[in-house]
Amino acid sequence: MNQFVMAAIGGGLIGVAASILLITQGRIAGISGITGSLFKSDVKDKDWRMAFFLGLMAGGVALAIFSPNVFVVSEQRPVWMMGVAGLLVGFGTQMGNGCTSGHGVCGITRFSVRSLVATGTFMAAGMAISTFLTGALS
Amino acid sequence: MSEAKSNTPVVASAFITGLVFAIGLGISGMTDTTKVIGFLSLNKDWNPALMLVMGGAIAVHAVVYRIVTKRQSPLFTETFHIPTNTTLDGRLIGGAVLFGLGWGMGGVCPGPGLVSVFSGTTEIFVFVVAMIVGMLGWQQVQRRM
Repeated sequence: MNQFVMAAIGGGLIGVAASILLITQGRIAGISGITGSLFKSDVKDKDWRMAFFLGLMAGGVALAIFSPNVFVVSEQRPVWMMGVAGLLVGFGTQMGNGCTSGHGVCGITRFSVRSLVATGTFMAAGMAISTFLTGALS
Repeated sequence: MSEAKSNTPVVASAFITGLVFAIGLGISGMTDTTKVIGFLSLNKDWNPALMLVMGGAIAVHAVVYRIVTKRQSPLFTETFHIPTNTTLDGRLIGGAVLFGLGWGMGGVCPGPGLVSVFSGTTEIFVFVVAMIVGMLGWQQVQRRM
């Protein structure tokens, strides 16, 4: 199917997922926040967070079995760079309280100024470095 | 803290949320780093398709959000937990800059990284382990502030 159609359908499903969490327990489906909280000793309600995390994992396993072609890794970026990228993503999402899901999808939905600013900032930073690297590496 | 009316529906619906989220990420193209890098790189064959992922998600969630938050409470708990912080500070901007740089370097954000961890590539495995180290790193910094 056309990649624009797939992007819109997949995005719609992400909206459905965020809506399920809001309807059932009034929570924001922020992946970095929920994942990061699993390592915090002062967070007491870990059961639903762990369930969300395991649901993500289960979805990943289901995709790996039934639709493994959705997983593609660019050869443009070396493994060491993926390590640096991971460190920055982990550190930055905890520091800035959110990622593409919490700030990007849920925050923009409720017109949160913090999330609008964060999303504009991480999109701009991501586009700047990715454009630079694509120019330098290809 | 004992706000849950009953814990089982809360936990089950959180699991389903994660599951649907993962399938959505897979279908959308977000687990394909060539597409993410193609979207974030404006110089070479820019691919705007992934714009529709955030667009599609917001379109659906915006409608539901406005209906649901008019209710007194969610289905299985007593209260809504919507963030109320409105402060724009260095921590928010700095964190977003670092996250953006990492996202643009690897083409992976937290959700697609976790969903792809069983796909069996070294790149994603290294990314996810480093991401967790980075998360713990900020938590250590915060503890010392």
